[in-house]
Amino acid sequence: MAGHFSFEPEDTINAFITVCKDPEYGPGPLSGNAVAVKDNISTAGIQTTAGSCILKGYYPPFDAHVVSLLKKAGAAIVGKTNMDEFGMGTSTENSAFGPTLNPHDRKRVPGGSSGGSAAAIAAGMVRMALGSDTGGSIRCPAAFCGIVGLKPTYGRVSRYGLIAYANSLEQIGPMGKTVGEVSDLMGIISAYDPRDATTIDKPYDHVPSAGVQGLRVGVPEEFFGSGVDPGVAAKVWEAIEVLEGMGAEIITCNMPSMKFALAAYYVTCMSEASSNLARFDGVRYGPPVDTKMQWHEAYQERRRESFGKEVRRRIMLGTFALSSGYYGRYYAKAQSARQQVKNDFMRLFNDVDVLAGPTMPTIAFRLGEKADPLSMYLSDILTVPANLAGVPAISVPCGTVQDMPVGLQIMGKPFADEVVVDAAYTYEQGVKA
Amino acid sequence: MTMISQKDVEHIAELSDIGIVREELDEFTVQANKILDYFDILDLVEGGSGYVQERFNVLRDDIPVPSLSREDALKNAGATEDGFFKAPRVM
Repeated sequence: MAGHFSFEPEDTINAFITVCKDPEYGPGPLSGNAVAVKDNISTAGIQTTAGSCILKGYYPPFDAHVVSLLKKAGAAIVGKTNMDEFGMGTSTENSAFGPTLNPHDRKRVPGGSSGGSAAAIAAGMVRMALGSDTGGSIRCPAAFCGIVGLKPTYGRVSRYGLIAYANSLEQIGPMGKTVGEVSDLMGIISAYDPRDATTIDKPYDHVPSAGVQGLRVGVPEEFFGSGVDPGVAAKVWEAIEVLEGMGAEIITCNMPSMKFALAAYYVTCMSEASSNLARFDGVRYGPPVDTKMQWHEAYQERRRESFGKEVRRRIMLGTFALSSGYYGRYYAKAQSARQQVKNDFMRLFNDVDVLAGPTMPTIAFRLGEKADPLSMYLSDILTVPANLAGVPAISVPCGTVQDMPVGLQIMGKPFADEVVVDAAYTYEQGVKA
Repeated sequence: MTMISQKDVEHIAELSDIGIVREELDEFTVQANKILDYFDILDLVEGGSGYVQERFNVLRDDIPVPSLSREDALKNAGATEDGFFKAPRVM
């Protein structure tokens, strides 16, 4: 079946940057399903801004690999969702198009950076969406908005057509109302793509099945450290006990590298951003530069006017971390720390099948609450380890604290995306029963 | 502990072509120092530089396939001339 339908949601939470009012769909397993796409994923002929003024009016001449796959599966692309500029943020407040509001409490943020995708699902505008996750950008908003989000294993989903921010960390991933929908979407987007040399040919062909009998669930003590809200910690422990009640074996463990993880993550992503974002010069796309000015002058003016403050801050700090005299102190040390994080995961995976803990240390914070950049960064502490190690991680809703959703995070071995999906599915079915 | 001055921030902004105005310097400097202060934890990491990814090359045969047309490539440009991008002068 092919056709089109009318899509005009009442978007009072600013979840979309662009709405496609008359989306087309084709035949296929997702025929007629409305799918929203984060605005840093290229869509041919549909404006793609990555939440930035510097890409206002940019209409990509090609589709990202994942978008081609969605179309081939019959899905209808219904719009482009709001996000922190280039994915740099934890709240969607860093968008040039204004913040998205959390549908559960409009005074609070939806999380970020894929806040528009999560909020659109939570508000019932769509059931499925694509996000991207560099340091938690799928899982954080999934947790804050009470939906499901999966960051796939690095290399499982092509990044071709994803506007790059920090290549070695980021993955496109599925978001949905339920684990089943996230799994269905993952099945569509995980096809091999020779245009992204970091992908491997390992399609996700899986139907979730409930059952955790004998599954060894590791719970790192560091995931319940001092920064974690006691209410959130208690809620997540309840969820872990649900898994235990269904036959899983709970094993407490330690991840000493957690003390370096956040700094390693930020040094790495800022360094990569400083290189990736050099391409935005107002020559090939975006608001044009004044070609009569001298090069550096024109370039600096365009970037000062069109990049937001957080983007400029990360480009500058990344430039600093890579500069001669500081490279060894910051970038090289960050890579060693990253190796330690990966070693910790691999050591723990000798004895456990998955690791579990909270997705976020708190419930969604109030708009404007984290005005200081470092305080915002600190809220990423529980999501960045999975990106540093490249392992799959899912966030599944596990109840509420002060009427706001809380997410249970389950992380797995590299390429064991199916295992984390099954564990999340088992929990979801268990609490529903 | 590394402290950077407003002058350093100006220099970094120049290196990264980010453009900065005087009124912003204080805010950027204070925030950068707070963040760099947090990064000091990395001083405790042992070892120089170990890479997470076990790297290997992914090679393929060089088979020509259709690419973007010139028209499509230039479609989003602010200024073009004779089928080329027009950029500010470098010299």
